[in-house]
Amino acid sequence: MINTTISLNRGTYKQPNIFGYYGNYGGAYIPEMLHRNVEELKERYLEIMYEPAFQKEFRDLLRDYVGRPTPLFYAKRLSEKHNTNIYLKREDLNHTGAHKINNAIGQVLLAQRLGKKRIIAETGAGQHGVATATVCALMGLECIVYMGVKDIERQAPNVARMKMLGATVRPAASGSQTLKDATNEAIRDWINNPNDTHYVIGSVVGPHPYPDMVARFQSIISEETRKQLLEHTGSELPTHVIACVGGGSNAAGAFYHFLDELTVKLIAVEAAGHGVHSGMSAATTQLGRPGVLHGSKSLVMQTEDGQVVEPHSISAGLDYPGIGPMHAHLFETGRGTFLSATDDEALQAAFELCRLEGIIPALESAHALAALNQLRFKRTDTLVVCLSGRGDKDLATYMKNIEAPNP
Amino acid sequence: MGRISELFKQRQNNILNVYCTAGFPHLESTLTVMKALQDNGADIIELGMPYSDPLADGPVIQESGTVALHNGMTIAKLFEQLKALRNSSITLPVILMGYMNPVLQYGFEKFCADAAAVGIDGLILPDLPQYEFETEYGAVIKKYGLDFVFLVTPETSDERVKQLDALSSGFLYAVSSSSTTGKDKDFNAVEKYLQKLQSLQLKNPVLVGFGIKDKQTFEAACKYADGAIIGTAYIKALEHAEDINEATKKFLEGIKSHPLKGG
Ligand SMILES: Cc1ncc(COP(=O)(O)O)c(C=O)c1O
Repeated sequence: MINTTISLNRGTYKQPNIFGYYGNYGGAYIPEMLHRNVEELKERYLEIMYEPAFQKEFRDLLRDYVGRPTPLFYAKRLSEKHNTNIYLKREDLNHTGAHKINNAIGQVLLAQRLGKKRIIAETGAGQHGVATATVCALMGLECIVYMGVKDIERQAPNVARMKMLGATVRPAASGSQTLKDATNEAIRDWINNPNDTHYVIGSVVGPHPYPDMVARFQSIISEETRKQLLEHTGSELPTHVIACVGGGSNAAGAFYHFLDELTVKLIAVEAAGHGVHSGMSAATTQLGRPGVLHGSKSLVMQTEDGQVVEPHSISAGLDYPGIGPMHAHLFETGRGTFLSATDDEALQAAFELCRLEGIIPALESAHALAALNQLRFKRTDTLVVCLSGRGDKDLATYMKNIEAPNP
Repeated sequence: MGRISELFKQRQNNILNVYCTAGFPHLESTLTVMKALQDNGADIIELGMPYSDPLADGPVIQESGTVALHNGMTIAKLFEQLKALRNSSITLPVILMGYMNPVLQYGFEKFCADAAAVGIDGLILPDLPQYEFETEYGAVIKKYGLDFVFLVTPETSDERVKQLDALSSGFLYAVSSSSTTGKDKDFNAVEKYLQKLQSLQLKNPVLVGFGIKDKQTFEAACKYADGAIIGTAYIKALEHAEDINEATKKFLEGIKSHPLKGG
């Protein structure tokens, strides 16, 4: 039985309280212009999501359209290198190439039940934009995707995909011209189109109930992992789960069903860019302070004066100055361990995975792999690394760096 | 009694609230702009504190904020400038408008204390939610004697309008359509909405914001409300102004037909 009761307390690791707080973080810091839409979502998301007919449609699409369950693959050569047991949760094998589609399907089905005809989304790497455009094509809905001008340049293949799928890609030219600004533009669009539009947020960020809703849709990742681990190892529980964190949706999904299993170490890996203290980084928990961004209270990279700063990461999907409130809470309570990997470390880890396992990972996912080099494992440990996406979209960046030192 | 209530006690119609961005067009032009607004017939000044991610504002106001930030405007710098506010001849009510994040960084209570100390009358923080206002921040705002103005939209239910009216003081800010600032509006729909607000017997005066840009839209708004708020159109007028006072005079003459009251 799925627990849909949310209490007045401070929330749990898994669930926020009724005001959307995980401990000190979350809430819905939105202007009144968004109130009715966000309130409607808050009132109805759980009821709709757990309707049997909704669950059937969602699960059927995940199986028949997305290709779930995604494999849990024992990476033998990588395991040998680290003298431990490493399993890769192959979200890269999803239709459209990343975990983002789990959430896009869920939210678009929900939007249909709310009677919405027009779908908007923001995107960084383009994976969430492609996933949303794909689902909208499948359902025959209008789709508009906001994307930073800088990201449009560095993720050209995904821009082409979105266009082929019939979506309109609108460049966000303000501010740092990346994910944060695309999110601002999407929120503005929603303010200006309050009646017919649903905003499909691509990560566990935004005002309550988005973080919880997106985490629930992505929780399919850890739901499958538990069953698959049991088959592989005889135990549902790994010793470590490792995932990269931009806003934190693949990590939230990979952690979800282990959050209350306190023996399982949860390791979140942020993008350190040129180095955490280089001034060119996106390591939010290391550099951020509590603040409000995009409708929730969380950790935010900002100046002393409270202006949100422009982050840097080689990976567009991690190039975000905030982090979902669930993760801010995991960080603050120590339930999660937060590491970071630099651009170079991520590139190296990506080339290493190619050569050891024949898998080209997304640059985002390569950050999770890079963390393997920063930790010591026992021979008997069981690690699950969430391979959140595949690297096709990053080939241009990889080619530029093909001379990167051999692992 | 605060300057805002005092104003509405004297007059309940055609109240003109004009928005300007602190540190725009120049870092040191904040008080010059405010003085020009007072001298040329504004009744309330809404002083915007620039922010990198102003969700409830349109591109023109965001751009003015970007310029102001580039000029070096910060909250600390602004309070520095505003120390002279009530020593200069500015007597109009002044409301600070901004977003939660910079205010939280400054320290919410310190912000209210410093605002009150320099003679600010009220606050508009569009992303401060009702729940957090009621449980945490409202009491701090009251402690320093500041008014707090909530926004309502055509999508806000009657019941919620009443709640937000009860929590507000000074006035209630009726957004003329669910939109970010600077969008053109169909005024028929706006009139219906304002008539509805009138029928709710609210405790606060109602000022209409968003989309007011000339005499016609100002007068239409004033027919069913106590006054209106102009932002984007004035920022546009300031953008290329050589002489701030001249530009402000010309702009406000285009809005208000009745004789100027002066300060
Ligand atoms: C493959 C991949 N992994 C990870 C991310 C980061 O997002 P999140 O932290 O929400 O999983 C992205 C975002 O675009 C992505 O495309």
